[in-house]
Amino acid sequence: MSDLRELYQSVILDHNRAPRNYGPLADATGHAEGRNPLCGDEVTVWVRMEGERVADVHFVGTGCAISKASASLMTTAVKGKTAAEVTTLADQFRAVVTGQVPAPPPSDGAMGRLAALSGVSRFPIRVKCATLAWHALHAAIAGAPDAGVPDARVSP
Amino acid sequence: MTTVMTRRADFPLLVRQPGLHYLDSAATAQKPAVVLDAEREFYETSYANPHRGAYALSARATECYHDARTGVARFFGLRDAACLIFTRGTTESLNLVATAWGMHNVRPGDEIVVTRLEHHANFVPWQQLALARGAAFRIVELTPDGRVDIDLLRHAVTPRTKVVAVAHVSNALGTITPLGEVAAIARSVGALVVVDGAQSAPHMAVDIEALDVDFYAFSGHKMGAPTGIGGLIGRREILEAMPPYQMGGDMIEVVGDERTSWNVLPHKFEAGTPNVGGAVALAAAVRYLTSIGMTEVRRHEQTLTAMAIERLGALPGVRLYGPDATRRSGVVSFTVDGIHAHDLATILDQEGVCVRAGHHCAQPLLRRLGVSATARASFFVYNDAADVDALVSGVRSAQTLFHGPRVVSPGTPARPATASR
Repeated sequence: MSDLRELYQSVILDHNRAPRNYGPLADATGHAEGRNPLCGDEVTVWVRMEGERVADVHFVGTGCAISKASASLMTTAVKGKTAAEVTTLADQFRAVVTGQVPAPPPSDGAMGRLAALSGVSRFPIRVKCATLAWHALHAAIAGAPDAGVPDARVSP
Repeated sequence: MTTVMTRRADFPLLVRQPGLHYLDSAATAQKPAVVLDAEREFYETSYANPHRGAYALSARATECYHDARTGVARFFGLRDAACLIFTRGTTESLNLVATAWGMHNVRPGDEIVVTRLEHHANFVPWQQLALARGAAFRIVELTPDGRVDIDLLRHAVTPRTKVVAVAHVSNALGTITPLGEVAAIARSVGALVVVDGAQSAPHMAVDIEALDVDFYAFSGHKMGAPTGIGGLIGRREILEAMPPYQMGGDMIEVVGDERTSWNVLPHKFEAGTPNVGGAVALAAAVRYLTSIGMTEVRRHEQTLTAMAIERLGALPGVRLYGPDATRRSGVVSFTVDGIHAHDLATILDQEGVCVRAGHHCAQPLLRRLGVSATARASFFVYNDAADVDALVSGVRSAQTLFHGPRVVSPGTPARPATASR
């Protein structure tokens, strides 16, 4: 049960129940869909870029608590960052949820807040739930409307 | 108290993992020791390429393959064993029919009828056949409790209907389709009936002669046999009129430079070296099921299904899909308010309970149900009441984890989720 408590900690359940920045973004400069046909999870991410920076980001999705909370946390973490900073953050996030690096403390800025999802590292088949929105965000910033299927090797 | 008997001891994987509650037999079944032994015995004593070598060992392998076909045919009440084609499983069987029969018999303006219950394997091949041949593709909708609406089927079938493809038992809901009624409606317009038997063959007595359908497809791996073996049962006159599905060795009679003639049934549809070991193991699996008795298998699963429906249904926030236990096989599909099926499956897994979560390869059905995913528990001969207990307990744990203890058990003092285990 302790691994589950770690996975479904209160921050995750809170973002699942009350996702932040939820809904389409009217003045978006780009959007993209991410989906996993194996489990049916879908997420759409809208971004409004001002120059190199993410001025605003929203999402809509159907899926598990992990995918929804991850998308919600992501939207709170990337606002104001440059596209390059978002890529760096995405790489760090992926390293944490796959267990390649230890989770930073919660006080450690944007990555510290995202580390609420570090419990995913004990559940390898759930990694793609946590990374789905990040793939969509990357595609939205890059201007590709379809983020396709990230890491869809394992059906949960 | 329930007194359902369990055959868990017959299944080595379940013996080695006593804490495991395997409730995903609709996806695939665990294997009894007698099946594993039979396959090993075959490879250790009788293995060679059948229908080939002029030596005793090859003859023995041929005999094993022949005997396996006879045994599996008998299990289904099929008198003419040559009308049982061994395939990789239900998916290949259905593709065989949709391709070899469908491409030569369905013409522009014809109609193909399927139901809202279908697994993708009995939906997509027909949808694609309709697109390829310019035929209409009709989907028969369901009653509110998830059964094929026979009145709607009657209206969907017209003199232009060439084939009615239907699941005997729904993999997602467990619904049992009354094949007699379906066949009568199809017969009235001369349409073929193609049955996806993947979920009925392992779980109830199937008498193919009594069913009076044209094709029946099944998978060995859901019956306790290894993956990669299954079958297609078809009417002789239809099979004989059909062109081959795949070309190669074994399926030919004479190969000329410009033309080739085909081997007799069943070999015409079994190109290449067949899965003899799989067939031998499948024959052992049906012997195992026969030793229990399919009526008893059905009764056992019905008992567990009724128990699961009653106990899950009593939990607040649990929604059940599908008809009552008398009209369904051992499948219980459900959702829990506020908890996505994938989260539920992860939480159940921590308690050793294996359930499927997702769309169950039945997206057209789940779309109609208005859900993106359900959790599905499914039973087989090795399950018992302890598995139902673990399932119900796991769902309560998930509710406690997500919603706190009060929602689950009103009146009991608040306590951490771990204390309930």
